[in-house]
Amino acid sequence: MKSDIELITSEGKRLDGRGPHDLRKIKIEAGGLHRADGSCYLEWGGNKVIAAVYGPREAVPRHTQNPLRAIVQARYNMAAFSVEDRKRPGPDRRSVEISKVISEALEKVVLTEQFPRASIDVSIEVLDAEAGTRCAGLTAAAVALVDAGIPMRDIPVACAAGKINGQVVLDLGKEEDNFGDADLPIAISPRTGEVLLLQMDGHLTFDEFNQAFDLAVKGCHTVSEIQKKAIMQKYQSAAAEVLE
Amino acid sequence: MSNEGRQVVIPGQILGETPALRPGRGTFVEDKKILAERLGVLNIQDNFVHIIPLKGRYDPVVGDFVIGVVEEASTSNWMVDINAPYPALLHVHEVPWEIEFADTEKYLNTGDTILAKVLSVDESKKLQITLNDRNLFKLKGGHLIEFEPSVYRRIIGKKYSMIEIIQKYTRCRIKVGKNGRIWIDGDAEGIEKVLSAISMIEREAITFGLTDRIEEFLKKDAKDVR
Repeated sequence: MKSDIELITSEGKRLDGRGPHDLRKIKIEAGGLHRADGSCYLEWGGNKVIAAVYGPREAVPRHTQNPLRAIVQARYNMAAFSVEDRKRPGPDRRSVEISKVISEALEKVVLTEQFPRASIDVSIEVLDAEAGTRCAGLTAAAVALVDAGIPMRDIPVACAAGKINGQVVLDLGKEEDNFGDADLPIAISPRTGEVLLLQMDGHLTFDEFNQAFDLAVKGCHTVSEIQKKAIMQKYQSAAAEVLE
Repeated sequence: MSNEGRQVVIPGQILGETPALRPGRGTFVEDKKILAERLGVLNIQDNFVHIIPLKGRYDPVVGDFVIGVVEEASTSNWMVDINAPYPALLHVHEVPWEIEFADTEKYLNTGDTILAKVLSVDESKKLQITLNDRNLFKLKGGHLIEFEPSVYRRIIGKKYSMIEIIQKYTRCRIKVGKNGRIWIDGDAEGIEKVLSAISMIEREAITFGLTDRIEEFLKKDAKDVR
């Protein structure tokens, strides 16, 4: 789509004042919901996401069970009030797809073989959306899984890179996503660098793709540190509180 | 008080290397490195690296005393919820009563609470429990509350010290299941006190000197001590 909006100035300043390699502001809070086994609240720029984890518990209906390992069932859902106008409630083509790719990404890191026939249910609710909700959702879901005490190989993390006005940048905002040239959300296992999710919307040359990929990986590592700090903060402070 | 030896670890964190150290509970090995697989507290004992989980579902082990709630009565067995990822099977041969075929509901019905023992866990995690033991029985009356299964050891205390203190000051009958359930019977005031003591233990599970603090807390408004 052609537009006359200047998404990035020649000095490399973006609409919201960020540089090309800057992330939006991220705030993560582990726990919070006491009915769920584990939960997380996350704010990523204008995105507000709550993730809750239940299980492991017996998978129903029975035919979905795997006799050798657990299944991870993530459900991504956008609130009706999360976007301008109104999102028609209920699963649609887009959220079914996102649920599927997030489930598969999480299944790769969870030690599913410890819970045959079980299911680990992850609920991701997007309360407020501003581009990059699948990355925000996956990042929140990962923290909620840790909070639920589920055995995992690593804490997965997601971040997007993209291209606006011909320039590769990190973590697209709303206007950049709508009027930009490409969006590349990825999820990785930060310890091993394994790619758990990779999608692309728009066009990138081979070189631009590599550039964007490297940038997104770097972004993932930054977000990963914030994730770890959020978990540590909750549980270390529980110890510190009483030690005063 | 120091917080030494009570280090909180998160999944994927590197804890040490083999063969200098050896992987224990809650860890896995990759490229000769020992890594944490879950959120917990680090505990190194005799060169074995263990993780004491801070949260998570109850993992049934043969011989555990558990408190179960009957979910369903069939002709020759009951399905019992023991707070594990899977329901547990209680066969009519595993109860101390002589039961005629299809007479199971007369003895245990949906909603009944039992103190049972885990009899077997197979590789696909099919669970069986038993009531065939002197100290296993159906629990009548009382209250059932749940707690985080990982703090079981703190609630029991060293050589039952914690649970004995709670019983002494509240004059309640208490049964603690390893699956994160406590059954309490006593007067309303006593039950109230047990509840606040349990939630205090849950909150302060990873600190030292907890038993003394709980005793102090219970002593404060104890009228008569048995």
